[in-house]
Amino acid sequence: MSGPSQWRRRQQRLSLTGEICPQCSARLFPPRDVCPHCGGPARIPYALGGRGTVYSFSRIMSAPEGYEAGAPYYVALVALDEGPLVTAQLTDVDPEAVSIGMPVEMVTRLMKRDGDRGLIDYSFKFRPVLERMAG
Amino acid sequence: MRDVAVLGIGQTPVAEHWDSSLRDLAYRALQAALDDARVPVPQMLFVGNMLSGALASQENVGALIADYAGLRGMEAFKIEAACASGAAAARMAWMAVAGGLCDIAVALGVEKMTDGKAEQATAALAYAADAEYEGEHGLSFVALNALMMQRYMHEYGYRHSDFAGFAINSHANATTNPNAMFPSAITAEQFERARPVAAPITLLDSSGIGDGAAAAVFVPLDLATRSPHPVVRVLASASATDTVALHDRRDPLFLEAAHVSAQRAYAMSGTTAEDMDFFELHDAFTIMSALSLEASGYAPRGHGVGMAIDGEITRQGRLPICTLGGLKARGHPVGATGVYQIVEAVQQLRGEAGPNQLAGARLGMAQNIGGSGANVITHILERRN
Repeated sequence: MSGPSQWRRRQQRLSLTGEICPQCSARLFPPRDVCPHCGGPARIPYALGGRGTVYSFSRIMSAPEGYEAGAPYYVALVALDEGPLVTAQLTDVDPEAVSIGMPVEMVTRLMKRDGDRGLIDYSFKFRPVLERMAG
Repeated sequence: MRDVAVLGIGQTPVAEHWDSSLRDLAYRALQAALDDARVPVPQMLFVGNMLSGALASQENVGALIADYAGLRGMEAFKIEAACASGAAAARMAWMAVAGGLCDIAVALGVEKMTDGKAEQATAALAYAADAEYEGEHGLSFVALNALMMQRYMHEYGYRHSDFAGFAINSHANATTNPNAMFPSAITAEQFERARPVAAPITLLDSSGIGDGAAAAVFVPLDLATRSPHPVVRVLASASATDTVALHDRRDPLFLEAAHVSAQRAYAMSGTTAEDMDFFELHDAFTIMSALSLEASGYAPRGHGVGMAIDGEITRQGRLPICTLGGLKARGHPVGATGVYQIVEAVQQLRGEAGPNQLAGARLGMAQNIGGSGANVITHILERRN
């Protein structure tokens, strides 16, 4: 991904900002100009809470070019509490414990580096929901 | 609209053709199809190809191939619809002839994938997905299919080994196809022991990428009646789209575009799923075979895998699929695959499928799927005499 592309989508990549449809109230992520549910225009930003459950997952052994350093890694479809599915990597997971239905939350993490002098790419990943510390 | 027939077919073996470039492969398949059709000069050429830019640093392949084949001056374009590029080119050729714009149109699928590193091909194949919200997170194309397979196994209670029948059938059929990339039989034990690529998908769930080209010559039906071959008519050509990103689908386990394009094809030809003698489906991964069978009306939802378990998909079964090895074992030269499917359907309908010949095959369907289900093109072909 290029610098302009990362910058342009910073609200999506760093704070999971989607949209809410003014006609049918569907929460959308990623944002789009036309609501896929009712066909009306959808342009009102809506901050998603970043909590959800694993809808499906895979463990990638053969990574695409540029992602080899992190392999093997887990990817998932996460069903957000507000409705939409989102595609992301899982992080901080115990390989034995990944399962469909597992509660997860969004975190900002390093995606990849472009050599020693290129851009460092951060975006969202999901980790198992941490128990709140007492007190 | 005019009735259309496939007059000529040609193909190269699918392999790692280290001694042939994109243009060499394209020319060989094109010339073979023109020789088979016994027509010297086509009027339009539609080249199905997905990755020439990414893997061969070459675009403008329509003009390149027309010139290289000695046909400079003719109308020629590249048609791209990810893994469905081949069938998209066939549909364009069909449209050109059916619409009366020309009398001889060629659909040529070609892909050259083995010049670079495997990781480059893996990254380029992910271009079929949503680059900003799938590819960017490090998802390979295999991983998207793995997400579907994991969820399917969870919802319907299947084990990975239940999918073995799809891979075993394709490999068995490839053993007697001289154009197949992997002409070796596999066992259920080998299927279970295979190396994971993107769990739960292993190497033996996955089609192999390779180099190859296939071509089909489309003409008006009345022009085909003088052919020395049994005449194969195109009864239906239909296409539909769905969201590119899996996460945008209403139901990630239902291939809506496959359903719509199949229903359109049945309506156009006045046929139903029950009428088909065979089905060349898009077995890029075993899960895709199951989802394609369900979406196209051959099995209820959650029962596509059952057709493999019960042996209904073999050449002796209720609905033979991938009769010459399919994507899994003939090989999957991505943008060429849709034309290979049509060429193989014509082989079956003409009675030219050799040891793989289905007795009395008169009606066949071919379905080419682009992306994880975003662009699906279905053709139905019929033997006329």
